[in-house]
Amino acid sequence: MTEQLSAESLTLFRGDRCLFRDVSFAVNSGELLILEGSNGSGKTSLMKAIVGMLDLESGTVLWNGKPVAEQRQVFHGALVWTAHRVGLKADLTLVENLRFEAALRPQGSDGLEKVLERLGITRLKPLPLRSLSAGQQRRVALARMLLADVPLWLMDEPFTNLDREGRSLVMQLVKEHLDTGGMCVMAAHQDVEIDAPVTKVVLQ
Amino acid sequence: MTAPVRRMPGMLDGLLAVARRDLLLAWKRPGDVLNPLFFFAMVCTLFPLAVGPSAEQLTFSGPGVLWVAALLAMLISLNSLFISDFDDGSLEQLLVSPQPLPLVGLGKTISHWLTSGLPLVLVSPIVAITYRMQGDVVLVLMLTLTLGTISLSLLGSIGAALTVGLHRGTALLSLLILPLSMPVLIIGANTVSLAAGNETYSAGIWALSAYAVGTLSLAPYATAAALRISNE
Amino acid sequence: MWKWFHQLASPPHFYRIVPIFSTLLLLPGLALIAYGVYAGLFLAPMDYQQGDAFRIIYIHVPSAYLSMMAYMIMAVAGGIGLIWRMKLAHAVAASAAPLGAWFTFLALATGSIWGRPMWGTWWEWADPRMMSELILLFFYFGYMALRAAIDDTAKADKAAAVLSLVGVVNVIIVHYSVEWWSSLHQGQTIMAKDGPAMDPAMLYPLLANIFGFTLLFGSLLLRRTRTEVLFRERRTRWVKEMILAPEGQR
Repeated sequence: MTEQLSAESLTLFRGDRCLFRDVSFAVNSGELLILEGSNGSGKTSLMKAIVGMLDLESGTVLWNGKPVAEQRQVFHGALVWTAHRVGLKADLTLVENLRFEAALRPQGSDGLEKVLERLGITRLKPLPLRSLSAGQQRRVALARMLLADVPLWLMDEPFTNLDREGRSLVMQLVKEHLDTGGMCVMAAHQDVEIDAPVTKVVLQ
Repeated sequence: MTAPVRRMPGMLDGLLAVARRDLLLAWKRPGDVLNPLFFFAMVCTLFPLAVGPSAEQLTFSGPGVLWVAALLAMLISLNSLFISDFDDGSLEQLLVSPQPLPLVGLGKTISHWLTSGLPLVLVSPIVAITYRMQGDVVLVLMLTLTLGTISLSLLGSIGAALTVGLHRGTALLSLLILPLSMPVLIIGANTVSLAAGNETYSAGIWALSAYAVGTLSLAPYATAAALRISNE
Repeated sequence: MWKWFHQLASPPHFYRIVPIFSTLLLLPGLALIAYGVYAGLFLAPMDYQQGDAFRIIYIHVPSAYLSMMAYMIMAVAGGIGLIWRMKLAHAVAASAAPLGAWFTFLALATGSIWGRPMWGTWWEWADPRMMSELILLFFYFGYMALRAAIDDTAKADKAAAVLSLVGVVNVIIVHYSVEWWSSLHQGQTIMAKDGPAMDPAMLYPLLANIFGFTLLFGSLLLRRTRTEVLFRERRTRWVKEMILAPEGQR
């Protein structure tokens, strides 16, 4: 059962400036879409437009053939977005944060312990997020991604603040996700190596 | 092309989860809850100091002063309703969750009222007694404050959503919320004054209830729209 | 009919047709006001209770009425812009705000001047009508402050539209405040159930002024919106072509 995220002629203006024009793509289950471009080229804006946070000047984003605007709840229930900012509460512990996130979207069958071990952050459980380093916080954000049972992963600069081991872990997780029928959209300005079908959208 | 069916959390799950999370956060930072209360008490102390502590003055001005102080204390606490979520990125995460945004906003507003409006109501008798308010009038005060602060929390969430992330959002928030809350202030304070004068005050209670119910049904949608606009 | 509407929504078209319509509204408006002011000051008989002081209603009532109508227009235009994404509607809303604020101020000032000989005070806090008008003025200030605080025009338009729609409820409460709370204001004398309670000689100048001021407001709103549209579209091709076109073709 394949699913598909597609876009037709997306155009976005910010004030008077045109960030991108007539961007189209399609990504199916098992595929990775890479948004490439230098800093400020509009990668994050394109991602925000895909998830519906920014209003497009023209063009449609489709999920499984239907416009996203007509099925907002279904679409948002099928994705997890790891943005620039981690998006977790600094005052709460790792577990309290993830327990909150679990109430928002469908959860997978992998237990919390297993996921934390996979990411190597089990010993950080009782600490407030504030005490964690930036890289560790990133791993907690990845935990949120792994715990959810959603087909579409959107990752904005996922390698930020991660060491080499962390980066290869991310690519491993993405590969596993693709292998189990998921799909991923990634904004990166580094080269990404993966053994899976890759489409690229290059922004100027 | 059909998608596999996944167990989606219920509609109210988001509201409850958000409310619970915010209460947990307030628990970890009790100062945020206590500050507006101290402010309320201080403002109520300022008036007798400035205007004179004569008994008639106190009984006459009591309802009004307490109501204005409550309104200002609510304003202070409303400032931070969405700011921390906006700053750390959790607000955008809420915007892309499948949970209905009006309910998520309502969840935040509910926990905000529980940590600002409700404490005000509970503290008000203590201050009211210093203003020589009689027991039954104090009850009317608490009732009007309960209904009024509910409306204020809801209206305030709209203003907070519109001004989150804006430079000097605080001053602007006050400018936006005060006109919206004036009807509540007028009716609330005047109802307590009527009660103090032994006149029938039920009309005011009905009006405040209607206001609370009205804002409860409409404000969440405005807040959700405002949150989306502010996060563009 | 829809074609006309769609054409109207196009900024260059709107820019071209406004001068005609604004003049069409302005001339009759000024004529009505001229009659209304003259008749109100010289022809209408003295009120047996208030003497000559009542004559200020010829400015006060139209101002108060327009202050609220302007807010309604602002909210409706904002709503249209928000729902149907019409840029012109947002321009109308942005232009209506300062006009509405001025009329509100005028209503408050004339109300205060009227109040002095009537109630012996420059300002009566207890009067809900005056209070509501003052609150309305704060609403206008808040609206304009919100617009000014947001740099991105499209975002400011949307935020302001939401704010004005929320404020509409307050305006409605203002309108009915006379019935809800005891006040010093006259009860509604124009739309009373058995017909107007005013002497026709007093009434006609008042009606003339009300209509005249409304036409004047419409004309000013069109003109202001036209300028607002020009500013918003300053980087588009049609504006550049228009500016560069030789004299006589504009």
